[in-house]
Amino acid sequence: MLHLILFLFFGAICVAGAVNLLLQTHPINSALSLVVVMGSLAVEYLLLGAEFVAAVQVIVYAGAIMVLFVFVIMLLNAGEEAHSGGSRIAIYIGVPGMLAASALVTWVLLQRSGTDSVAAGALPGSPQQIGWLLFHDFLLPFEVTSILVLIAIMGAVVLAANPEAVQQNKREG
Amino acid sequence: MFIFVSVIKIVLTLFILLTAVAYTVWLERKVVGHIQNRWGPTRVGPFGLLQPMADGVKFLFKEDLTPPHVYKPLYIAAPMIAVVFALTSIAMIPVGNWVTIGSIHTPLEITDVNIGLLIILGLTSMGVYGIALSGWSSNNKYSLLGGLRASAQMVSYEIALGLSLVGVLILSGSFSLREIVDAQGGHFWGFIPRWNIFQGQFVAFFIYLMAAYAETNRIPFDLPEAETELVAGYHTEYSAMKFAMFFMAEYANMITVACLATLLFLGGWHGPIFGPPILQALMPVFWFVAKIFAFLFLYIWVRGTLPRFRYDQLMSFGWKFLLPLAIANLVITALVVALRS
Repeated sequence: MLHLILFLFFGAICVAGAVNLLLQTHPINSALSLVVVMGSLAVEYLLLGAEFVAAVQVIVYAGAIMVLFVFVIMLLNAGEEAHSGGSRIAIYIGVPGMLAASALVTWVLLQRSGTDSVAAGALPGSPQQIGWLLFHDFLLPFEVTSILVLIAIMGAVVLAANPEAVQQNKREG
Repeated sequence: MFIFVSVIKIVLTLFILLTAVAYTVWLERKVVGHIQNRWGPTRVGPFGLLQPMADGVKFLFKEDLTPPHVYKPLYIAAPMIAVVFALTSIAMIPVGNWVTIGSIHTPLEITDVNIGLLIILGLTSMGVYGIALSGWSSNNKYSLLGGLRASAQMVSYEIALGLSLVGVLILSGSFSLREIVDAQGGHFWGFIPRWNIFQGQFVAFFIYLMAAYAETNRIPFDLPEAETELVAGYHTEYSAMKFAMFFMAEYANMITVACLATLLFLGGWHGPIFGPPILQALMPVFWFVAKIFAFLFLYIWVRGTLPRFRYDQLMSFGWKFLLPLAIANLVITALVVALRS
């Protein structure tokens, strides 16, 4: 019972954070709303028994990536932004499409898996089990992903590096 | 019953932690004073022992000034964020074995979770928001520079810190701090304790030490508040209790870092145990506290001895030296463990 109350409570916080993210005009408030969304998602994962995913969600998303977002906003000293009226396509196609998609997902979930709850820890979620899956069953996809990430990093370096500054550094040794 | 015991443990832990924070400040002033051939606090109480209380009263009664140019919601929230995440991480720190008092059988920590280390890392990585946001919301260029430096520094050194812990995790095979400590019991050849630092993890301990100094913004890496260039850095615009909250967060983080170093590298509460039963029951906690004290003393000693790095030195040290060293340590540890099994 307490689980369900906590789950609904943090679910509500998550949705409220997401709505606030869109409504705020200042980028730093939006970024912090996103942190709230990430944090409450982590609590939801924890309540579902996926403790490792919850911890990684906080460490990687809330604690590292969002810090960099905030860092960039602070560095650029971005000011208030005006709300645009929104695009017509988003209103006339996007909103009904989203409603239809979520209705479909809800229908499938209700039809297929029923609404029975699962005991915490009944599904694999511990670090050992995830490590076993990652480095045993899914080793090849894991390694391929790491190479993909490496390529992305190198691409970012190439795009960000200023060729003249690199030459200048070389000349000065 | 469980809730009753938990509440007692939470109150007791918070009380001990806050007292420890206050007296770490006293210890620092005293030790740094003696290093610099001064006395440190002497006026309030014997050896200045009541100085923390006097400071606390002073912080409470000072005017809580809010400058007109700040962005108020975040300016007020920032010190709270900093202190909340600093104090929360102590909940996962075990200080000794399980104890039985009457019918109550409980671990000597607030809660025993199997991913304790990950939760502590998560909480400390959230703590940077307090400093970054205080720097930004103060609307002052020195504060902003301090906040920027803090977030860049903490994100950079978190990687080396995390990698230095992986060697210990490979050796003990668990994220639970209690199991990590249990894996360090006993001795090599009868006299060298099986602490992780003697199990080949001394390089990892060195990396952890450096990264921890940077994470807690202490000398030689205290660039976010470098007073010679940034006035006081991110907390320039703060006064009274809000300023004290940043101070508390910094010292609580120091204590958490010392606890983690003790648990992960220095054998936790393991140490020679002798004497009558009542003494034997208390000895583990004594060893734990003694190791934390030694680590905190090292912190203060370094502060009294070393100058501050330049910012580019800080970054190149973190990325070009500590990170490759941590990766090399990880690879070698993994190879040794794989070949041994």
